[in-house]
Amino acid sequence: MNPELQGRVFPPTAPYLVGREKVREFARAVFATSPLNFDPAAAEDAGYDDVVAPPTFPVVVQEATLAQLLAEPDGGIDFTRVVHGEQAFSYTRPIVAGDELVATLAVTSIKSLGGNSMVTAESTIVDANGAHVVTATSTLVVRGDA
Amino acid sequence: MSLVVGDVVAERTFSITRDSLVRYAGASGDFNAIHYRDDVAESVGLPGVLAHGMLTMGLAVQPVVDWLDNRGIVLGYSVRFTRPVAVDPLEGASVTVVAKVGALDESETRIDLTVTFNDATVLGKAQVRVSLT
Repeated sequence: MNPELQGRVFPPTAPYLVGREKVREFARAVFATSPLNFDPAAAEDAGYDDVVAPPTFPVVVQEATLAQLLAEPDGGIDFTRVVHGEQAFSYTRPIVAGDELVATLAVTSIKSLGGNSMVTAESTIVDANGAHVVTATSTLVVRGDA
Repeated sequence: MSLVVGDVVAERTFSITRDSLVRYAGASGDFNAIHYRDDVAESVGLPGVLAHGMLTMGLAVQPVVDWLDNRGIVLGYSVRFTRPVAVDPLEGASVTVVAKVGALDESETRIDLTVTFNDATVLGKAQVRVSLT
């Protein structure tokens, strides 16, 4: 892996429009049962504009940024050797259906550890007003030659 | 609600099947074949078809979401992926989540998750920070 990736900031992704059915589909896939994820009326009663996405939904938006990282021509990251080491989300507010989200990736850290490399990729996700919604941080372990 | 450190606030066991993995692949857009093809999983030295780490992370927080209901919001959620969850084609995999109060202060409560499969923990430092209203 190219150590010069550290500190690199990528161009913002194309806007991702969060659909109500996508939220429901994702919620079913993670065994969610909260009415806030499925029922617009329940979500409105709780003060939201539409159904609320589960806490790990930002990964759907983050995915486009990780694709940027893996496709970086001088990155030297072999996709088949990548293992997901850690994941974190830090929320300003939950994602709700109707949100139009843009993610910007920054590589915050690259470390070598026993022949493996660890890259920390931070995707900052903002809404159509530019207001922060959530930051999704992945630590990827890139296995060295065995 | 009056909480003390160590209180178990939620507990749930999930039955993951191969169907769950296909459903999660479609919902999340993660179509890595190690999550649905035995031959591919075997070819890269895995014990079998694995659940997506993000599926395990995604379901593990659900007992906390249900416990919170409308009484608070999630401020942060983080995990380490320490062991894979191999999903048998016939038996599936049973994953158990126990959510305990890990720390309390005025502005936030930390809920620690213990997530186990075959009696071993599969997520490390699985912590949900919540704000109770």
